[in-house]
This record gives sequence, C-alpha cells and structure tokens, in this order.
Amino acid sequence: MKKKFYLTIVLAFFALQMQAQQPVVQETEMADLMRGNGKIYVVIAVMLTILAGLIGYLIRLERKMARLEKEIY
Amino acid sequence: MMKYFAGISWWKSLGIALLVYTFTGGILLEVPRLPQLQETIRNLYFHVCMWFAMMILFIVSVVYAIKYLRNNKLKYDIYSRQFAVVGIFFGLLGYATGVVWMSYTWADPNNASFVSYGAVLREPKLIGTAIALLIYATYLVLRDSIPDIDKKARISSVFNVFAFVFLFPMIWILPRMLPSLHPGREGNPALNTNDIDGRMRMVFYPAIVGWTLIGIWITTLKIRLKMMEENKLLAKS
Repeated sequence: MKKKFYLTIVLAFFALQMQAQQPVVQETEMADLMRGNGKIYVVIAVMLTILAGLIGYLIRLERKMARLEKEIY
Repeated sequence: MMKYFAGISWWKSLGIALLVYTFTGGILLEVPRLPQLQETIRNLYFHVCMWFAMMILFIVSVVYAIKYLRNNKLKYDIYSRQFAVVGIFFGLLGYATGVVWMSYTWADPNNASFVSYGAVLREPKLIGTAIALLIYATYLVLRDSIPDIDKKARISSVFNVFAFVFLFPMIWILPRMLPSLHPGREGNPALNTNDIDGRMRMVFYPAIVGWTLIGIWITTLKIRLKMMEENKLLAKS
C-alpha cells in the first residue's frame, strides 16, 4: 500500500515535469528590451523636456497676463 | 490652505504634477500584455484623455451658456465661447492621436492601405465625432459673424445648448448602436472597473484630471486675454 502511494507521488512529479516541457504559450511582444537596457528613460527624458517647455511657456504667458492686467485694471 | 505654489495657484501646479506623473508612470508602470495592442495600450493615457478633457470643457461651456441665458451677463458668454474653443482643440488632438493609433492597430498590413483606411473611415465613432466637432465649429463661425454684442451672445448661447444636445447622440448613442472596430461600445468602457486593468487605472484617472486641468488653465488664459480686449474696446468708445 505504502509502495503504491510513493509510486503515485513519483509519477505525479513526472507528470509535472511533462507539463513543464510543453511549449510555452507565445508571449505578446512588448518593449522589454528597451526597458531592460534602460533606453526607455531616454524617451521619458525627451517627453518630460517637451512637457517642461510647454508648461514653462504657459507660466510665462500667465505672468505676462498678470502684469498686463495690473496695468489695465 | 496653500493658495500659491511657485507663483501659480494650487490647481495649476496639481495639473503639472499629474502630467509629469502621467508621462513617467504612463511609460514605466506595468500594463497588461495584449496581442495587437502591445505597448500602444499606453495611448489610453493620452488619446482617451483628450476626449475626456474635451467632454468636460464642453460641459463647462454649456453651463456658462445657460448661465448667460439666465442672467444676461456678457462675461458668461465669453467664458462659454473660450471653453468651447479649447474643447474643440482637445477634440482635434484626440482625432490626430487616434489617427496614429489606428494606423498601427486597425489597419491590416496584408491589405492595400486604401482598403484598410476605407473601412476605418466608415467607423461610426469617427463620423459621429466629426459631425459633433463640425457643429461646434459652426458655433464659432455663427458667433463671430454677428456684430451686435448682445445678439451675438444670445444667439450663440442658444446654439451652444443645441450643439451640446447634438453632441450626445453623435458621440455617446449612435456609435454604440452600430458595429465598429473602436473599443468601448458596451457600457462605459473607461469607467467600468471590470473593463480596465487596475494597474492602468492608477495612471489613467490622474491623467484625465491632469489633462483637464491643463485645458482649463489654457482656457482661463484665453478668457483673461479676451476680457482685457473687451475692456480696451469699452474704454475707447
């Protein structure tokens, strides 16, 4: 009885191994390489630079407007 | 309460902070791996937010139009007009970003490009939005073609309400009744908690708020400029 039990366990492990050797489901291709070598930070740096430029422009407009408003009203 | 931060009011700084978060978190944080969409799913933080910002700006615009009709203050008509303009601007940005996105996800590389784009151009969502934006463009043309200030304000406010009423069947109802490639036909795609991945919601909702705040900021600048112009006109006459 005990022998049978151990045999079952061992065979179950074989089954697991068989499962592991089945071909992996194909993963969706993502930009993993870019993340891996850190080049993605270059993209973020560029995007943030553009954002900073645009926001800086808005702030400048804001200041200019406040000055004009002081003159007019 | 802190009213100013670095010289600008708190909600403007909040808008800036949320956009900086969108631009970094939107690229770096994990997203679900979906075939076909792949990394382009991150466009959700940009393309879809344009439409959200447009919708919110149009709502504000129609509220001011009704406010004008209720108490005849010209200031509200100016508010209404500027919110509509910036709303149209965000709508055009949404269109432009959508064109890029669909070129890489809808267009079938096995077909001749005119076949793919022929199908894309029949998208009910695209046509509906085009009609809605054109109605808002008509609002601007109509408004700027009436020289009399009071008449201009009254007619354009009425038209604004009409345009807003048309916006609903055009972008919310009709596209959902017709077959389409565009996602989000069943229910509320962006707000449905089962439909959008939790990891993406962490960036998506702040992104909506951030873009909308920037839109409102631009509008307030335009309103202040317009008010100064009007002030000058009144001083002259």
